[in-house]
Amino acid sequence: MAIHPPEERIWWNQKVGKDELIWIVIAFLWGVIMFSMMIYWHVVGKQNLSTTAYRIDPAAFEEKTEAFADQFKVREEGDTGIPVVRPPAGGDVYMLARLWQFWPVLELEKGESYQLHLSSMDYQHGFSLQPVNINIQVHPLIEHVLTVTPTETGTFSVVCNEFCGIGHHTMIGRIHVVEKGTQR
Amino acid sequence: MAIAEAETQIIGGIAAKFRTCPASGLKIDLAAERLIKANAVASIVFLAIGGLFGLLVALTRWQTVHILPADMFYLALTAHGLDVLLVWIIFFEMAVLYFCSAVLLNCRLATPKLGWVAFVLMIAGAVLANVAVLQGNSSVMFTSYVPMKADPNFYLGIILFAVGALIGCFMFLGTLVIAKDEKTYEGSIPLVTFGALTACIIAIFSIAAGAIILLPTWLWSLGYISHIDTVMYKLVWWAMGHGTQQVNVAAHVAIWYAVAAILLGAKPLSEKVSRTAFLLYILFLQLASAHHLLVEPGLSEEWQIFNTSYAIYLAVLGSMIHGMTVTGAVEAAQRRNGYTRGAFEWLRKAPWGNPAFAGMFLSLIMFGFLGGISGVVLGTEQLNIMLHNTIYVPGHFHATVVAGTTLAFMALTYLVLPLIFQKQVVWPKLARLQPYIFAVGVAGISLFMMGAGTLGVARRHWDIGFADAPMSFSYPAAAHLMLALNGIFAVIASIGGILFVLIAVGTVLWGKPVTAENIVESLGPMPKKQVTDAVSTYGNAGTWHLPGTYILVAVFFLSFVLYYFVNWKYLSEIWPLS
Repeated sequence: MAIHPPEERIWWNQKVGKDELIWIVIAFLWGVIMFSMMIYWHVVGKQNLSTTAYRIDPAAFEEKTEAFADQFKVREEGDTGIPVVRPPAGGDVYMLARLWQFWPVLELEKGESYQLHLSSMDYQHGFSLQPVNINIQVHPLIEHVLTVTPTETGTFSVVCNEFCGIGHHTMIGRIHVVEKGTQR
Repeated sequence: MAIAEAETQIIGGIAAKFRTCPASGLKIDLAAERLIKANAVASIVFLAIGGLFGLLVALTRWQTVHILPADMFYLALTAHGLDVLLVWIIFFEMAVLYFCSAVLLNCRLATPKLGWVAFVLMIAGAVLANVAVLQGNSSVMFTSYVPMKADPNFYLGIILFAVGALIGCFMFLGTLVIAKDEKTYEGSIPLVTFGALTACIIAIFSIAAGAIILLPTWLWSLGYISHIDTVMYKLVWWAMGHGTQQVNVAAHVAIWYAVAAILLGAKPLSEKVSRTAFLLYILFLQLASAHHLLVEPGLSEEWQIFNTSYAIYLAVLGSMIHGMTVTGAVEAAQRRNGYTRGAFEWLRKAPWGNPAFAGMFLSLIMFGFLGGISGVVLGTEQLNIMLHNTIYVPGHFHATVVAGTTLAFMALTYLVLPLIFQKQVVWPKLARLQPYIFAVGVAGISLFMMGAGTLGVARRHWDIGFADAPMSFSYPAAAHLMLALNGIFAVIASIGGILFVLIAVGTVLWGKPVTAENIVESLGPMPKKQVTDAVSTYGNAGTWHLPGTYILVAVFFLSFVLYYFVNWKYLSEIWPLS
């Protein structure tokens, strides 16, 4: 029994049953397939996380984001006072996370690829793009640069999904996606 | 003969008092027995406290009930994680370590007095951390990601608790040395003790990692260190955070083998295979820290793929092996007991009325189907983009830690009560139902949280209605429905949990004493042996075929493959990222 010492003292020479062997081989091969799948997706898949990241001071990132917002601001989002920023198609876009907002609101064109720069001003935050369901961790002192290509038009929300204090559940941002060539 | 009558033996110049267990004939060191009792009682107290916080959390996330205000919700969630994920489980594991060493090896426990130092440290640490949380200035979640700062006592409490646990680990190892030295057993240690040794080794690694990160974090909270790197914190913290969950896996797999052995006389199909599977845990499980760093900035793909897959899924292989060999050992034992008809007579006529068996088998099934499969999907580098920090994550780990570990620990408790506390379980009819109620509740919690998570719902979030947010957003109605169902099933699980605590406490206080005459019936219903055991030296001897196990394993494997690829299909539909 499993609660007693092995009945055969030299248990490591005991023959392994065929049924166990078959399952071990299947399970091992399945592991190899799952392992290969991740590598395969890097080659042919279109959803891979960028590994481009830089150390940055929060103040420096805030300055870059504000300059970006000033340059490409098209309007304000409702009565929130938050600028809606529409950068040139295919350009760099900045979004900062801080207690408790994602700033600014972005307006992107469908089918265009953008370099999205993310960083936090304070705690860690979670960039959770809904309802697309893309989730990326945002750290302070690190600027993460991702290439993202919206494939559908509409209004998308960025929910914070890393706990960041008492106002965490009010932290929300927005990304609008419009057809190519529509009016700014 | 009074069963509690103890005899003193002088072994190696050291006196220890033993009693003889009438069921197994094992000598039980009374000092070990007292420590097992103390740790088991402490664990159940914290299970009750942590479970209550969990119920409050689930009832708050049920948007129409929304029982707690925001600050209390985050406080309760922090306390819930601390008390059940760490305190309940590790106290119980200390009891398991002492049991698997001193009791199963027929040996005295090494340095029992130090065991009390460990126990006091763990109690002091747990109380200190809990007080810090309840004071309201440490609502940082159990993970306490920097730079969010908790009260210094929060970190200090966890450190003290961990030091206590570390002492217990070394006492386990010391007892193994004593048993070997004093030749209290023949040959190799039992498989169950081998599993406990696996848990102990992983625990030492995990606690060391915890010390490496929590000591500087504590100093940082006191102002002696100016900065802690946020990614490094996560990497090392999760070596503890995920490592301790791997301790649970090793411990509850050992318990599966133990319960099957005690109740059914199950033998491992092959000592070599089962021990190798445990060895795979020791070698590879600790890489799982990477599971928590798959959508962090700046980590290379190679690092992520290698680590998140436990080096080509070798630790997953270990679990898949145990899943088959535990099931197979149960089937083989039942067939030896005479239940040979068809593919599943052995399972149908298993002692389902025995809460220890029911809890153990439900734990096995739910850990594999719900916890195991979802864990692999969650830990796949790219698939994590769709799931990171959604409520899918707690959905997954409630299937592993609650349906897997907690249910297995509950199952073992039904044997510990008669064997160690020497008390007959009170309210046997309720006890019979308890594992089913708890299992149904936990299955619901896990499934509905995972369901809401696939719809994007954030974990650790007070209000997914965003009533106070400057911009409006609403998750799909189905997500709200799933959180409501999660709340309902949390109530069911809580009923199961409360029953467990009441039965355990009631048994300790009022249970009828177990004697040599009633010990066997005190273990609960057993399968009737229809034939006497043919002489068999190991589980697969006598060329038993195990068709039931093959079918169950095939169903598991197909579910796994289908679910895995369905998720890749979902991933291919989201916005391209590179």
